[in-house]
Amino acid sequence: MGASSGLLGSFMVLKRMSLVGDALSHVALPGMAIALTFSLNPIVGAIMALTFAVFGIWYLGEKTEVYSEALVGVFFTASLAMGILITPEPELLEALFGNIENINLFDGLVTICGSILIFFGAMKLSDRLLLGVVSEDLARSMGVKMHKVNLAYLLLVGLVVALGVKFVGTLLTGALVIVPAVAAKNMTKSVRSFQIMSSVIGVASAACGILVAQSLGVAPGPIVVLISISAFLLSLLFKN
Amino acid sequence: MTDDLLLKVTGLNVVFDGHKILEDISFDVKKDDTLAIIGPNGAGKTVLFKCILGLLPYKGKVIWASGATIGYVPQKLYVDKDVPLTVDEFLSFKEKDHLKVEEALIKVGFGSDNLHSIHRGSRLLGTKLGVLSGGELQRVLIAFAILGRPNVLLFDEPTSGVDISAEETVYSLISKLKEEEDLTIIFISHELEVVYKYAANVLCLNKEKVCFGPPRSAIDKTSLNRLYGDEVNFFKHHEHQHNG
Repeated sequence: MGASSGLLGSFMVLKRMSLVGDALSHVALPGMAIALTFSLNPIVGAIMALTFAVFGIWYLGEKTEVYSEALVGVFFTASLAMGILITPEPELLEALFGNIENINLFDGLVTICGSILIFFGAMKLSDRLLLGVVSEDLARSMGVKMHKVNLAYLLLVGLVVALGVKFVGTLLTGALVIVPAVAAKNMTKSVRSFQIMSSVIGVASAACGILVAQSLGVAPGPIVVLISISAFLLSLLFKN
Repeated sequence: MTDDLLLKVTGLNVVFDGHKILEDISFDVKKDDTLAIIGPNGAGKTVLFKCILGLLPYKGKVIWASGATIGYVPQKLYVDKDVPLTVDEFLSFKEKDHLKVEEALIKVGFGSDNLHSIHRGSRLLGTKLGVLSGGELQRVLIAFAILGRPNVLLFDEPTSGVDISAEETVYSLISKLKEEEDLTIIFISHELEVVYKYAANVLCLNKEKVCFGPPRSAIDKTSLNRLYGDEVNFFKHHEHQHNG
């Protein structure tokens, strides 16, 4: 989970989409609420809501001239408003802040399989995504189907967010994706080392965060985020 | 389409949001030609390029000869300084074979004769794309374009963002490549001097085709007026005021 979100985050930073993950995480809320209403697993609801939102954002981005970031903003506020209205109160707290202790076997399996899928999917898209960051025209002139690459990438972001929500909650999922990448970017001079470092920071903060939270007896989500933020602060010292 | 033709464009029309960008453009490009496309800002030069590359929707016909492989050098790119993408990583998007990458870099003038510049070449590979000078970035983009062994190269304003001393280098590099690699060259420019010096044919564009042919016969007073009419008048007016 840490590795896949860290790796995906590295593309988001380069594509100037840092806040997209954060905003998308709020889209998960109404999906989880609807799933709870129908006694389904919230993670399923989150994945469905995010897939729907990603297709919407992608479609409007392709057909209109509005930036993805602006579109995400619209989806995000609309979903948050709906989510707060329809989520039952005890579940609302858990959806907003996450609870790793409540993760059952099914959630665990989905998270592990999803993370592996995200990690290898992102590696496979890597070259084409990066070429698109340099110049979409150049990529397209070489026959890269940028609209498909962008859709696949957004779906991966949606999936990582859906998995993260259960873990740290909608409010902090964005941090899981972005902070390791921003920290890694300060310390690295090539894309390869950037991706590796970002994944490593993702894994390390998740592992340390859970251990520290256990020994202190507090919720792990915020601790994981705080540890990755301290990695970011440290990275400022090494800024190249 | 005859054997010596590489590209045939017929009745090309482009409309964005109800605005006509290009109107009824037709021209041919022969194999081994060097064609310059000139015109004022907003004349539709880049749009024409994107149409023949298939990047934009259009009406009309764009036919490439079978076997045409295109290398495209886009207009100056803005790669942020903090994007950690090295020259090596960028070129590897197109070619993983290091020998071929080095060969392409030597062709565009990085690290040729002496040890010092070879050293510079290998250091270049580890340099971030965003910190290269305008001229260096342009040459890296040309290296990227020639890596696929194309037989036609498209340059969108090859010297925008390049300082004057490097400008000459870029054009002489293009003509050197043309000779060595047996390439057809199509480039966009707004500098008439360059067109006279390097192009065998010129297409003057101002939303429609204004002139076409060898520069010395195609570019005359009438076509210049249709291309830059207002700007020329403004310039004269300004000069007049200055003298008075």
